[in-house]
Amino acid sequence: MAEPKIEKWEPKIVAFLCNWCSYAGADLAGISRIQYPNNVRIIRVACSGQVNPWFILANIQQGIDGVLISGCHPGECHYLTGNYRARRKFALLKNFLQFVGLEEGRVHFTWVSASEGVRFAKVIEKVTDIVRSLGPAKKLVKRI
Amino acid sequence: MDALINRIRGIARDLLREGKVDVVIGFEEGTIPFHSRPCFVRSPDEADRLIWNSFCENNLATYVVKRNERMGIVAKGCDTRALLELIKERQVIRDQIYIIGVPCEGMIDRVRVEAELRNRSIQTVEVREGTFLIMGKDFEKELEIKEFLYPSCQVCTRKNPVIYDELAGEEVEESVGETYPDIESFEGFSDEKRWQYFSEEMSRCIRCYACRNACPLCYCTECFVDASNPQWIGKSIDESDTALFHIMRAFHLAGRCVDCGACERACPLGIDIRKLNRKLSKDVLALFNYKAGISLDEVAPLATYRPDDSEAFILEP
Repeated sequence: MAEPKIEKWEPKIVAFLCNWCSYAGADLAGISRIQYPNNVRIIRVACSGQVNPWFILANIQQGIDGVLISGCHPGECHYLTGNYRARRKFALLKNFLQFVGLEEGRVHFTWVSASEGVRFAKVIEKVTDIVRSLGPAKKLVKRI
Repeated sequence: MDALINRIRGIARDLLREGKVDVVIGFEEGTIPFHSRPCFVRSPDEADRLIWNSFCENNLATYVVKRNERMGIVAKGCDTRALLELIKERQVIRDQIYIIGVPCEGMIDRVRVEAELRNRSIQTVEVREGTFLIMGKDFEKELEIKEFLYPSCQVCTRKNPVIYDELAGEEVEESVGETYPDIESFEGFSDEKRWQYFSEEMSRCIRCYACRNACPLCYCTECFVDASNPQWIGKSIDESDTALFHIMRAFHLAGRCVDCGACERACPLGIDIRKLNRKLSKDVLALFNYKAGISLDEVAPLATYRPDDSEAFILEP
């Protein structure tokens, strides 16, 4: 008798990339034909400072296994200070989500510039590995 | 205590008589023991309604927002901290309020007292020097005030008003230190244990939003939980909706919460709400060296930045 086919679980990751650096970095990774895991769904935002903590929580609630936020390197923000402000906000958020018991590797923050296609691919690889090792999201996921 | 009450009444009477304020917000005797209730005094003759005792637990700073009149406000330490943040956030103009500062020795936690008495009905309560005497139908019990203070009062390090126009009583001795032993020990638990505790607390929540309403710094015209377009938060009874409400509520208060404990006291189910706020206060202090409700000049931590802020949490591939 044939074994029933079990679909292999693949993590779903949402990445909020800023328009000016990280999105261009992802684009560069693409046009340079650099391979990276296809688990990531990219959402382009104007600035990492635009990312409301709620966006992250809403994604987790909808069953997304990992969230990545990436902006310009400090000092290189298109809006001058957006990523500095994001950095303060997300330093608190990351600690806080861990404090209530969410696994540490669900939410990630990084900087990728427009010229760092290779770095972007490496970031996605690393995030995908971490999230895969955590397994499917269960905490804070809406059941009904 | 009587001298203090007379002083409060005197100040309120003078303010109203001289027309310096339109209303004095303070406390009056409640109808049942352990409850002093907020009151609004509008004429000098009414000033005798004002009282002060160990049951003035509400944070009166909640009432000064969006009010187009001149107000006198009877404010203990935590009320003045909240007022200071409200002034800083331009929700009330400094000249619009006349702060009658009251040094505070802490408020008595009626829930714990009721538990101690195993819910026998209390008829009267009398506060003495360091103790309070409870009388019921067929019992009498004297308890130490110090042992029955609210959790927020036990760790309070700003008992004296931080900002005031007139002080109604003698300043009390402050306890020193700005530590978070409760948060530190909680952080030491495993992810699973913390999650379990958090889930259990959240599962009790009935989403009455009393914590939000009691909070002096939750003053948004339209709160994110009430908005329907966009609907930020689900209205279902699913635990994730409740959990997200509490996470976001606490996060909105990051770097603003003055730890008055009004949220926890308002909670009808005794949920450990302050733990979330205190974690954020602890991190704000550790990362940005900022404490809410202390200084009018310091910029709110999330409204500013330093180029050399900590990068420890940034993922490096």
